Amino acid sequence: MTTIPQQRRTLTTTTGAAYSRIWGVGGYRPERVVTNEEICEHIDSSDQWIRERSGIITRRFAAADETVVDMAAAAANEALRSAGLTASQISTVIVATVTHPYQTPGAAPIVAERIGANAAVAFDISAACAGYCHGIALANDMVRGGSAEFVLVIGVEKLSDFTDKTDRGSAFIFGDGAGASIVGPADVPGIGPTVWGSDGSKWKTISQRNSWIEVRDGDIDWPAITMEGPEVFRWAVTAMAPIAQAALDQAGIKAEDLDAFIPHQANMRIIDALVKKLKLPDHVAVARDIAETGNTSAASIPLATQRMLDSGEAPHGGLALQIGFGAGLVYAAQVVVLP
Amino acid sequence: MATLTEQTILEGLAEIVNEETGLDTASVQFDKSFTDDLDIDSLSMMTIVVNAEEKFGVRIPDDEVKNLKTVRDAVSFIAGAQV
Ligand SMILES: CC(C)(COP(=O)(O)OP(=O)(O)OC[C@H]1O[C@@H](n2cnc3c(N)ncnc32)[C@H](O)[C@@H]1OP(=O)(O)O)[C@@H](O)C(=O)NCCC(=O)NCCS
Repeated sequence: MTTIPQQRRTLTTTTGAAYSRIWGVGGYRPERVVTNEEICEHIDSSDQWIRERSGIITRRFAAADETVVDMAAAAANEALRSAGLTASQISTVIVATVTHPYQTPGAAPIVAERIGANAAVAFDISAACAGYCHGIALANDMVRGGSAEFVLVIGVEKLSDFTDKTDRGSAFIFGDGAGASIVGPADVPGIGPTVWGSDGSKWKTISQRNSWIEVRDGDIDWPAITMEGPEVFRWAVTAMAPIAQAALDQAGIKAEDLDAFIPHQANMRIIDALVKKLKLPDHVAVARDIAETGNTSAASIPLATQRMLDSGEAPHGGLALQIGFGAGLVYAAQVVVLP
Repeated sequence: MATLTEQTILEGLAEIVNEETGLDTASVQFDKSFTDDLDIDSLSMMTIVVNAEEKFGVRIPDDEVKNLKTVRDAVSFIAGAQV
């Protein structure tokens, strides 16, 4: 029998910063603007229907040769500028995406190398439209736990590659883009507790149509992402308001203290329903970037944040409630101090 | 909870419709069609349904929603679903 020596040394561990905050945010929107008319070349629909049911007027599509890595790097460089940091100060790169078209390797190491954050810890997370808020939660815990000083969190999607242009239920919703934030140490709390979780029983309501194995073994088309719209809508408007409210409660913040509400830009009607359920006062600015950007999944919250800060809709240093939710089904919400 | 009369359910439903669409509660009458008369689209209908579930403590499954064409359909379903 093996025994443990009595006076064995104890492990040395790290301790991190007292608190963390978002130091800067950046976004990248592809050049090409796609109108509802163009979407309707492939589905039986209309500009009016799309506007009424989703609030989307235009979205951006990346160029054919523009990759998830290209867009992620562009947003990351913007975030670095906004934070006043250099790439060499970044110790971790987290990329939240579901549309990097390589099963292996992840996008994050390539992005890290591309921007000059050489040797940074770099990994991808798959949490769909909640990916960015998951990334912020991880970054906050890493900075406070001492495993990283500055963490670059990127949400990026090229959904146009994974959308069935002829699917009436989803073709009009999705767009491409990237958004990034940098989380670093702070003397006062800048990121509240994350309220997060999942409901795997509903995994089929938003999913790639077939697994890669089925594609390989069957006579199957490109496995685009499909969605059971009404069921997802119902889940979002019923289950997400209590999650957002819990994020406020756990942060000790009341709705009237907020400067901005930045939910995942899934559908304008979901945003409107959440605003009503949360009884947000009129002075709280609500992110409505979806009108011109569509639903960019993991990129939507940082892109909307960047727009609100650049336009002056939300103040630097203001308090924002952000909530991501989507395929999985998964969700994450937290209150943050805007950079 | 004591079972509610159809009239009470109608009044509660009218408040929910008013909150979602801004329509006058008086316009929510038994024989009105949600889509044709009240101009309520499928997403507003879904929101009305989830608010009705909360208010009346009943469960209205997705499959049932499309059968609720008139205000009477909805009131009868809610009345029948009460325990
Ligand atoms: C996708 C979504 C807008 C569809 O709207 P919906 O009202 O639920 O659509 P339904 O499938 O119930 O169809 C309602 C009607 O619109 C029609 N319709 C569906 N898609 C259409 C389209 N693209 N154009 C025109 N009409 C359409 C249907 O045929 C149906 O008509 P009918 O009532 O005459 O039969 C909505 O369900 C949604 O936004 N869901 C959440 C999606 C989301 O946020 N996903 C991302 C989460 S991360």
